Formats: sequence, structure tokens, C-alpha cells
Amino acid sequence: MAQKDFVLSVEDLTVSFDGFKAVDGLNLYVDRNEVRVVIGPNGAGKTTVLDLISGKTRATGGSIKFKGLELTKMSEHMIVRAGIGRKFQTPSIYENLTTYENLEVSFPRGRSVFGAIAFRRTADVDERVRQIAEEVFLTEMLDQTAELLSHGQKQWLEIGMLLMQDPELMLLDEPVAGMSVSEREKTAELLARVAKNRSVVVIEHDMEFVKNIAHRVTVLHQGKVLAEGSMEAVQSNPKVIEVYLGH
Amino acid sequence: MNSGSLKWLGGRSGLMGFIWLGLLILVLLPLTLDIFRLNLVGKYLTYGFVAIGLTLCWGYGGILSLGQGVFFGLGGYCMAMFLKLEASDPISTKIQSTPGIPDFMDWNQITHLPLMWEPFRHMWFAVAAVLVVPALLAFVIGLAMFKRRVGDVYFAIVTQAIAAILSILIIGQQGLTGGVNGITDLRTMLGWDIRSTSAHYILYFVNAGLLFLCIAFGKFLLSSKLGKLLVAMRDKEERVRFSGYDVAALKIFVFCVAAVFSAIGGAMFTLQVGFMSPSFVGIVPSIEMVIFCAVGGRMSLFGAVYGALLVNYGESYFSESFPQVWLFLMGALFIGVVMFFPNGLAGLYESHGKKLLARLPVAGFLRRRALVATSASDPKA
Repeated sequence: MAQKDFVLSVEDLTVSFDGFKAVDGLNLYVDRNEVRVVIGPNGAGKTTVLDLISGKTRATGGSIKFKGLELTKMSEHMIVRAGIGRKFQTPSIYENLTTYENLEVSFPRGRSVFGAIAFRRTADVDERVRQIAEEVFLTEMLDQTAELLSHGQKQWLEIGMLLMQDPELMLLDEPVAGMSVSEREKTAELLARVAKNRSVVVIEHDMEFVKNIAHRVTVLHQGKVLAEGSMEAVQSNPKVIEVYLGH
Repeated sequence: MNSGSLKWLGGRSGLMGFIWLGLLILVLLPLTLDIFRLNLVGKYLTYGFVAIGLTLCWGYGGILSLGQGVFFGLGGYCMAMFLKLEASDPISTKIQSTPGIPDFMDWNQITHLPLMWEPFRHMWFAVAAVLVVPALLAFVIGLAMFKRRVGDVYFAIVTQAIAAILSILIIGQQGLTGGVNGITDLRTMLGWDIRSTSAHYILYFVNAGLLFLCIAFGKFLLSSKLGKLLVAMRDKEERVRFSGYDVAALKIFVFCVAAVFSAIGGAMFTLQVGFMSPSFVGIVPSIEMVIFCAVGGRMSLFGAVYGALLVNYGESYFSESFPQVWLFLMGALFIGVVMFFPNGLAGLYESHGKKLLARLPVAGFLRRRALVATSASDPKA
């Protein structure tokens, strides 16, 4: 298949920390409107892969192309501006701002210093904040300081902050960690909804949740792809059972 | 007044802050103090510029600079160089071996005005330099530090080192800078005697006016999205970066603003006090400036000004009465404030003072006035 058909194509990606190869010759292709879940045992390099795509960590070798754009040399904020949103493992929100302000500062306008000074809360900003808040179940909490939100609500808020940017590719690191069962179900619904017109790469441990949302699953082990395919295919793969699911 | 301008000033409470501070420094102090004391207050207020700069950059942006004296000094020196050249005309310096150059240069056997002094013959250049030189230095420091993600305590240490370096440099280059004595014996600005009583009054009010302008500009920045981004950056720098913002650019900007504020303070200091010396540049004055801000409340622009006034008043009061213990008192004050009132006087005011003040009849009157002013312009209020 030609490269340009993929939103994200990662080829021969390698990063080594003092000789230890956390990611080793990794290939990963993500389709348009696909929800890809990356699973694997601890230390398999899952978070590192997201770090590499989003520019937080610099690759030692290989290439990461987003719609044909090489990301390995770009700074984090330029990667975001190109259309990639990243959610961190622990909810990463601005505790001292209100929910509304958290969403507002994530609106992709006025991102330069003087743009930020000149930025005004116009009707379209307000409308978008309210629309996203509705989508991530936080309409009631708009005027609350974000530190008062529950853990699950903070996770949603961070997803909402990504949605404000309307990214073409969302990278989510354990979005349901620490959530209750009902919150997990709501999050699965939410992801299914937001994935309709964008691609999503999710790292997750919760197999029930993975089954719910994944179009395809990639299993990482020691920085390499161990298996890839549908959830059923991966779950019945003897290698996967041995290193990961069997434990 | 329309609602937009009120929002820029920080809404109704911002307006009240302006009224209170205005009453104090524009009415109460000039009416009750003699010109000597008022001139001292004017000097303290020049530190207020530094303190409000620190409120923006440290309080909101989380960037602790222990080198604001550098910018205060640069502003002060740029102004002093102009004033010194004006005081060194060939007639008043005719007893020197080289008339027409500053006296300290003559003492250092310098026979030509150094090249870097030449442009300071022009007031427009000096005034521009007061603003541009510190901004440029802050930009370079910011670029070198923030692009490499040097932050927190490491940044504080680097700024402190820069303060030490600059003060050593100034002291070492005696012929160029006047050395440890600084640039002294400043007399006139464009022929206007800045040592006269009337000049002291005028400079006091100009200084106060500039301070209000800087506070208003600070309020304006904080009311914009930039203000929220500063808080956001302090909370979760990575999140801001991964929301598509160039964090380094935001930090450089706010650091430059703080530097320019300090420099305006420094220039006004030179004008009001009549000299500038390296004792306002080094590590100790830079740390004192952080204390002004911390005592006043690092999250409040007005608090910073009150902090500068109060600590300096305390300093001159106590150091006159108990010169040996003042430094210990200052240290104790800083530790006490950081431990027990991390938001300083402004924090205390927010938590307790407001209730007390609300019981005063005059406060009720002023609040009603402010209410009328806001509701007349803002239908939502």
C-alpha cells in the first residue's frame, strides 16, 4: 500500500537510552478514522512510542510521517499545530483555572505571544467550549476550578482539551486509568464518537475497554511489534498469550 | 468608562485597587509628608516597578529571577549616563585635566569620552536605551535558558550569577562606569534642575504615574489569554506545550516585560535620587527585590507595590534605630512570610482584610461608586 494512504506511518523507529533500545525498529501504520490500541507488558515501550510521535523524545533512527510530513525533527508545539493531540498518562490539566478556561486556552487560535494577548472570547470560542464540554460530560462543571474535578472528570477534561484543537490524530495514554466501570463505558462511547472523523492511538491495559473500542490492536514487546490485528486474532496468538495475556 | 476598559484593569476589584493605591500615593502621602520623606517614598516606589515585574514573571509565570537588579541597574545606568554627560560640560569641568568628560573618567586618566558613551549625549537615545537594553539582555538570557528548558531553581541561580557578574564588571571598569561609587553628582535634565524641591515633586508624580501605567499594562496582560497561559504554564508546562504553544516564547516575553518594568524603575530611581551605583545591581539588592514582591504578595500587582513600600519603610525605620539587627529582621520577615503567608500581604487582605475594610463607611461609599461606574457601563453587572 502506498504511504500516503496512512495518516501515520512509523518506519524502522528506534530510540536508545544509553544503549538500551526502548523502541527497536518499530513499524506502525495507522489508517484514517481508525482506532488503534497499543497493548503490551510494562516496559514494552508503549509510552515511549507516543513520546516519539509527539516529539517529547527524539528518535535515534527511523522515520515518523504524519500525512507525509516528517515529524522526527519537529518541535512539540509544531507537531501539535500540524494536527496531533496528545493526552498524558496522569491527567494533565491546569488545576488553577476553571474547566471553561482549561478548554478555552486549548482553542487553536492566538497561539503566538501577541496572538494570545489579542485573543478575545468570541462567540465561536464560547460555542465550541460549550459543545466540547457537553461532549465530555462536563457542562455542569464549566465554572468549577479544575482541581475540584474528580479523577475521571479530569481525564475527560484533558480529552476535551484535545478535542478543542480538533486534531486529526489523537494519542491517548491510558485514558480510562483510575475510572469507575460506568465512567469507562461512557469514555468508550466518547471515543467511538470522536473517532468518527479522526484517527486515535490508545495505550490501554483494560482488556474489556480495548475490546470495546479497538479496530485493530498492536502488541508491543521489548520495543518491537509482537503481533498486530483484530482483538480476537491477537488474543488467540500464542506468542501474545505467553508474554502478556497469560500473566 | 466602558466595560472593556474595566475588564482590562481587572474588573471591579482591580478598579478598587487603583483607587486605594491612588489615594495613598497621589493624595495621602504627598499631603502629609515633607519633600525629603516624599522623595524617599518615590525611591521606594521605583522598587515597586521591579516588584510588579516579579509578580508577572514569578507569581504568575513561575519564573523566579534572582537577578532583577541587573535590569534595574541597566535602566538606571542608561539614564545616569545621559545626566552625567549633561553635568560634565566643559565649563563646569574646567578644573579637570580633560574638561568635558565625566569627573570619574578624568580621575582614571581617561582623555577621550569612550565610544559607548557618545550616543548618551542625546536624551532620546538614553530613554530608548532604558527600555531596549534590558529588554535585549532579557531576551538573550531567555532565549539561551528557556529554549534549552532551563527552569526553576537552575534559572534562579543563573540569574543570580548574572547579577554578580554585572556588578563585578561595573566595579572593575572604573573608568567606564565610575566603579564602586557609581555615577554620582547628577544635576540637570535638559537644563532642568532635578535636585530642586519642585523637581522632586514633579518627579514623584511622574514616577507614580508611570507605576500606574505599568500596573495597568500588567493587569491588561493578565486579563488576556496570556495571563491564563502563564498560570497554565506554572501548573503544567508540558500540557501547554502539547496544546501547540511555544512555551519558551511565552517565558521569554514575560521575562522581558519584567526586565523593562525594572529598568523603568531604575531610570526613575536615578532621576529622583540623583545617582546610580553597583550596589543596586548585585545579588543582595536582587534578592531584596524578590522579598518586596513576596511580602506584598506575588500574585498581586498592587500587593507588590505595597510590599516594596512597606519593606523599604521598615528598612529605613529599623536601620536608623537598630542598624545591626536590620538584616536579621529582614531575613526573619522573608522566612515568616514564605512560611505563614505564602501569598503575602495581598493574600492576607483577600482572606481577612476585605471583611474588615467592608465595615468602614468610606469603603462602602467607594464600593457603591465603583458599582455605579461598572453597572452604568456593563449591562450584565
